[in-house]
Amino acid sequence: MPERTIFRGIRLVDPASCHDGLTDVLVEDEGVSAVGDAVVAPAGTEVVDAGGLVMAPGLVDLHAHLREPGFEHKETVETGSRAAAAGGYTAICAMPNTEPVTDNLAVIAEVRNLADKAGLCDVHPAGAITRNLEGSSLTDIGEMAQAGVRLFTDDHRCVQSSRVMRLALEYAKAFDVVIAQHAQDDGLTEGWQMHEGYYSALLGLTGAPAEAEEVIVARDVALARLTGGRLHITHVSAAGTVDLMQQARERGLRVSSDVTPHHLTLCDQDLVHYDTNLRVNPPLRSEEHRDALRKGLVGGTLDAIATDHAPHALEDKEQEFDQAPPGTTGLETALAVILTELVEPGLLDLLRAIELLSSRPARILRLEEQGGPILPGRAANLTVFDPDAEWTVGERPFASMAVNSAFGGRRLKGRVLHTMLRGRFTVRDGEPVW
Amino acid sequence: MIKHLLSINQLSDRDILRILDTAESFREVGTRVIKKVPALRGRTVVNLFFENSTRTRISFELAAKRLSADVINFSTSGSSVSKGESLKDTALTLQAMGADAIVIRHASSGAPHTLSRWVSASVLNAGDGTHEHPTQALLDLFTIREHIPSFEGLRIAIVGDVRHSRVARSLTFAMRIMGGEVTLVGPPTLIPPEAAGWGAEVSHDLDAVLPKLDVCYMLRVQRERQRQQYFPSVREYSRLFGLTRSRVRGLPEHALIMHPGPMNRGVEIASDVADLPRAVISDQVTNGIAVRMSLLYLVLGGGRASSSEEDSERSEPEVA
Repeated sequence: MPERTIFRGIRLVDPASCHDGLTDVLVEDEGVSAVGDAVVAPAGTEVVDAGGLVMAPGLVDLHAHLREPGFEHKETVETGSRAAAAGGYTAICAMPNTEPVTDNLAVIAEVRNLADKAGLCDVHPAGAITRNLEGSSLTDIGEMAQAGVRLFTDDHRCVQSSRVMRLALEYAKAFDVVIAQHAQDDGLTEGWQMHEGYYSALLGLTGAPAEAEEVIVARDVALARLTGGRLHITHVSAAGTVDLMQQARERGLRVSSDVTPHHLTLCDQDLVHYDTNLRVNPPLRSEEHRDALRKGLVGGTLDAIATDHAPHALEDKEQEFDQAPPGTTGLETALAVILTELVEPGLLDLLRAIELLSSRPARILRLEEQGGPILPGRAANLTVFDPDAEWTVGERPFASMAVNSAFGGRRLKGRVLHTMLRGRFTVRDGEPVW
Repeated sequence: MIKHLLSINQLSDRDILRILDTAESFREVGTRVIKKVPALRGRTVVNLFFENSTRTRISFELAAKRLSADVINFSTSGSSVSKGESLKDTALTLQAMGADAIVIRHASSGAPHTLSRWVSASVLNAGDGTHEHPTQALLDLFTIREHIPSFEGLRIAIVGDVRHSRVARSLTFAMRIMGGEVTLVGPPTLIPPEAAGWGAEVSHDLDAVLPKLDVCYMLRVQRERQRQQYFPSVREYSRLFGLTRSRVRGLPEHALIMHPGPMNRGVEIASDVADLPRAVISDQVTNGIAVRMSLLYLVLGGGRASSSEEDSERSEPEVA
């Protein structure tokens, strides 16, 4: 007998079908079988009374660090998958700065294998652009692309050599994969600890200017023009980058970008207590930059919201500020942060927010089954949340192994109640199913 | 009074005056044959030095000893820290041993802030990275006040590597709190443009600034900065920003010359200038002890625990 669940009277927010309204959604086995008013459910169908709840396509993250293989004391593919499910995600792109580096098929296969075993979230390992992230020689991009890798990046390292970046963009064209850049000029960021500005001078911390990002973005946009390759700028943090991406878009270049919840909501002045959980890469910038990122997101210049989920062990973060590695967790807070800080004040409507958190990133990764539309015959990759439920970050244990959240102690609105991966609950009634 | 001294910016003008006035009453102790008062008898002060600084450590050590506190010197070489112990575990160890005050010198900006979250002891910042060195600023103010009675409108230039100087930050903040006028002087590469937000003027022309000064404060310039290309050569730096005999002639008669030490004679200050009577550099060192006595006394609540007959509410120290 097939497993059936019907969500009655739920607000379906589905950017891919431009739908935002109350409806019934019937899920049978792995797929959506009916969407509409007064759907007739066969006997034995489990009924979820969904009054006041929102259903959206499962969220899709372009940028998460799962740390395995190599750093299993920070996070594993399994615990990272749990964090993803808890946060409403059904697909995430795992960054390649593992040990060994995810720069060949063997490591890709290992990560996929671990993810399949966990079975909580589709994990798409990103491949490195250069061998061992050293920035000098290209990985076997073609082989990995043919095996389904959709995105290549040297994340947390920036490809410094213009020649290597040019060749990567050019070579990758044959496989319709995206080259994602962590834009940061090494020469301008040596020894950096935070954004360069008033607060870095006040706190005596070495600054990284926003221009260190801009100079690379300007170069890479030029290289995208030269090569016709697909360029993605990840975790945009500088106002100037927004302008450059806008210009690139106007010229019809194949560029896209994402921005994190923390860069959209926090800024450098929050560092006055030297809280290492706020040390992130790229750094939290000034209010002006934050406001420009919001504008760029609302105006459609920036394409997606990505978490840059970067878990660290407690002892990594409980150190002197300059010793603590950069990064904040994000998978379990992203949706609520966006709902609380951008949707609630009216900057973004919910349909747009879901587009940025799900449909657009799914399209950048060319994931057919993800990001909606939620229609009969489609895979049931869904998340259901209560937009009005308030909670405090850290009051419940995280599903991630790590607790280094930049939002620790914050009161947020919006809580994930159900996450469904191909028709199977990974989170149900707010409780994990693992 | 304050529990920790992490940054000058946590102090008001009244706090600073109280610290200086308390130091005034302690200064006399240092002139006695028996240089000791029982104010902090039974209290434990730990000097936790992650960076070598013989001068500052000795100054704090003498300050604590003159107040009859028990002093433990914990330096990183040869200790558990060199075996990889974290700051947190070091902090918890000192906490478990009952330290009442921890004086910390650390190469990381913000380390005293971090430490203060982990211990119940008072934390005194004895210099953290390129952030602050508040006790240096307070002893500088004390030294200035010996010669110039009011800080209001007092004009001071701080000359040199402001970008990397914890002394410059603390002194600028302290002078601004007290109503002084600060000009930061140095090559543009060594002065963060955001320093304008501290309420200080910025100049790149030392000669133009000298004639209006009450205090000319020279910062130590590390040769390391030349290697990092913040300035092209030591020779050029000295020519543009070194306090030479001929530049001293540009200063008003009454103006003081100061330096936090250790000096690079012949680089930021000419050797004969450092030895002029108006160069009060040794006074700064002497006054450091009294100011640190004052701070230890004030953050530890005036030795309440050591002597039951003392009035715990009394703010003036027992020096008789």
